[in-house]
Amino acid sequence: MGSNSLYGPLDPAPDAGYVDAPPRMGFFTDTSVCIGCKACEVACKEWNAIPDDGFNLLGQSYDNTGGLSANTWRHVAFIEQPVVPSLTDALAAAGTQFLGMPLSDLPGRVTEAPRTDFRWLMMSNVCKHCTHAGCLDVCPTGSLFRTEFGTVVVQEDICNGCGYCIAACPYGVIDRREDDGRAWKCTLCYDRIGDGLTPACAQACPTQSIQFGELDELRTRAAERVDALHEAGVESARLYGHSEDDGVGGDGAFFLLLDEPEVYGLPPDPIVTTRDLPDMWKRAGIAALAMAASVAVSFLGRRG
Amino acid sequence: MSKRGDRPMVPRAEFKSYYGRPIVRPAPWTHDIASYLFTGGLAAGSALLAAGGQLTRRPRLRRAGRVASLGAVAASGYFLVADLGRPARFHHMLRVAKPTSPMSMGTWIFSAFSAAAGAAAITEAAPLLPPGFFRRVLPPVGAAAGLGAAVVAPALATYTAVLLADTATPSWHAAYPELPFVFAGSALASGAGVGLIADPAPPVRRMAVLGAALELYGAHRIETTKGILSEPFTSGHAGTLLRAGRLLTAAGIAGALLGRRSRVVSALSGLSLLAASAITRFGIFEGGMVSARDPKYTVIPQRERLAQRNE
Ligand code: SF4
Ligand code: SF4
Ligand code: SF4
Repeated sequence: MGSNSLYGPLDPAPDAGYVDAPPRMGFFTDTSVCIGCKACEVACKEWNAIPDDGFNLLGQSYDNTGGLSANTWRHVAFIEQPVVPSLTDALAAAGTQFLGMPLSDLPGRVTEAPRTDFRWLMMSNVCKHCTHAGCLDVCPTGSLFRTEFGTVVVQEDICNGCGYCIAACPYGVIDRREDDGRAWKCTLCYDRIGDGLTPACAQACPTQSIQFGELDELRTRAAERVDALHEAGVESARLYGHSEDDGVGGDGAFFLLLDEPEVYGLPPDPIVTTRDLPDMWKRAGIAALAMAASVAVSFLGRRG
Repeated sequence: MSKRGDRPMVPRAEFKSYYGRPIVRPAPWTHDIASYLFTGGLAAGSALLAAGGQLTRRPRLRRAGRVASLGAVAASGYFLVADLGRPARFHHMLRVAKPTSPMSMGTWIFSAFSAAAGAAAITEAAPLLPPGFFRRVLPPVGAAAGLGAAVVAPALATYTAVLLADTATPSWHAAYPELPFVFAGSALASGAGVGLIADPAPPVRRMAVLGAALELYGAHRIETTKGILSEPFTSGHAGTLLRAGRLLTAAGIAGALLGRRSRVVSALSGLSLLAASAITRFGIFEGGMVSARDPKYTVIPQRERLAQRNE
């Protein structure tokens, strides 16, 4: 393990020891075309036979799931925001499927209806399959592993529910299932992509907000999309997790957002905790020496 | 002078979040882990005390240290297994040895330590045996095991600081440079606590003072130099625990130094140091959990970092 393995740009599958690894696969989730239908959330639950998480009304717009968890591996966030109408016009002109707030009237009855000064942000969140995955670095059983596609997967027959990965994920993704005791998260449909299938969530997405493919190609496509949005006047469009130079070496699942990351519940500048691990061991080593020295000094002092 | 009681002295920091929900997830650990931080440290501190007693021919310190160490190791083992989501799979930890996982490294450190500390404690039973081979051979075996445990002890006492710091839990991670000193000092002070109860000899009092000094230095840095990430350690329940821990440490040190003529005062000082160590661990544990539950501790420091980078 080179020191570079803990931080900075790299291709994770060859770094993990795969010879002739297939191209790294991932997601580009373009939130500007998400319509909040939750088909991804449902498809993921169906395909992976995930237990339901009860029937809750959270009072958070149309989000009654809350967030990613052991039982939710795709989660659709809903944000209601006041905006200047020109922005919603720009979004509509840029060919997004922006719907605005629902009206109380029948669709089409009012022609040329003015756009409301409210917007909905919708975003389908998922495990980032980080280049430097904190969860995988800290797992003491080897249950979490890197696949040949560069993704990060939990082996349910190995995990002993120590919970370390949960505290180590900078995005709060992976979670322990209460009645089961083990850690669970998105597998990037490891059981599908190996057979050349598209992951269930991407397959179910009706607007191509979730795009699955080779990461390099997705990054190019995303850069073009964000340029197009900027040209159309949607200044707030930005990519999140696309850059290899960020604190986790880039996400295998990255996003196009229309507002700041924290508005969607994402950390604005995540850094993999293990970047500092060599330094942490060094500090612990110094403290350990100080401890041994203290005992030596105590017992070597004069008898009295 | 105007009264400012109804106004916060520091302006509330502005930040955005998704319905105030946490961003990082708190560790799913219960107080079993906070207890383990204490018992693991106590096991290490007692093993060092025992080794000191062994090398300077103070049999009471040696015996008390070895026995306390074994007791603390047994309790640690219980806490570690009980906190797993799948306790029956504890041995899966032994599948791998992974330098990037402090928990994996800790498992091996703990295993090596418990074997040595356990052997050292068992040999203390030699005087109970009838004269013969075992009675003669046990003490030298105990001496070797006792020194072995003492060699591993500092690693056992400090790796737990890396365990907490190597997470996305904001205040634990930010504390990484000084947390090992808090844990090393706390372990020494608790080991000295055992010594003060068993045999309050001068080396024990010196060990108590040095341990307390390390702990207070580390805790002070953590509570004052981490900006907003110091806050979880100084306010709320965690703040109360850490302040109580400091008072008990001070009382223990005062008692150990001033009450040196009295066995009772010395023993009470030892108890005070033990309680201080336990309470301090709970305070550190709690402070980290608070920092994970409130998104402001994730968003604000990261925003500041971004702003600095873009300057
Ligand atoms: S987002 Fe979290 S759970 Fe997913 S790979 Fe990264 S660290 Fe692991
Ligand atoms: S909970 Fe399971 S997957 Fe997570 S770190 Fe522990 S053993 Fe690994
Ligand atoms: S890739 Fe598969 S496991 Fe991951 S969110 Fe999509 S459907 Fe669920």
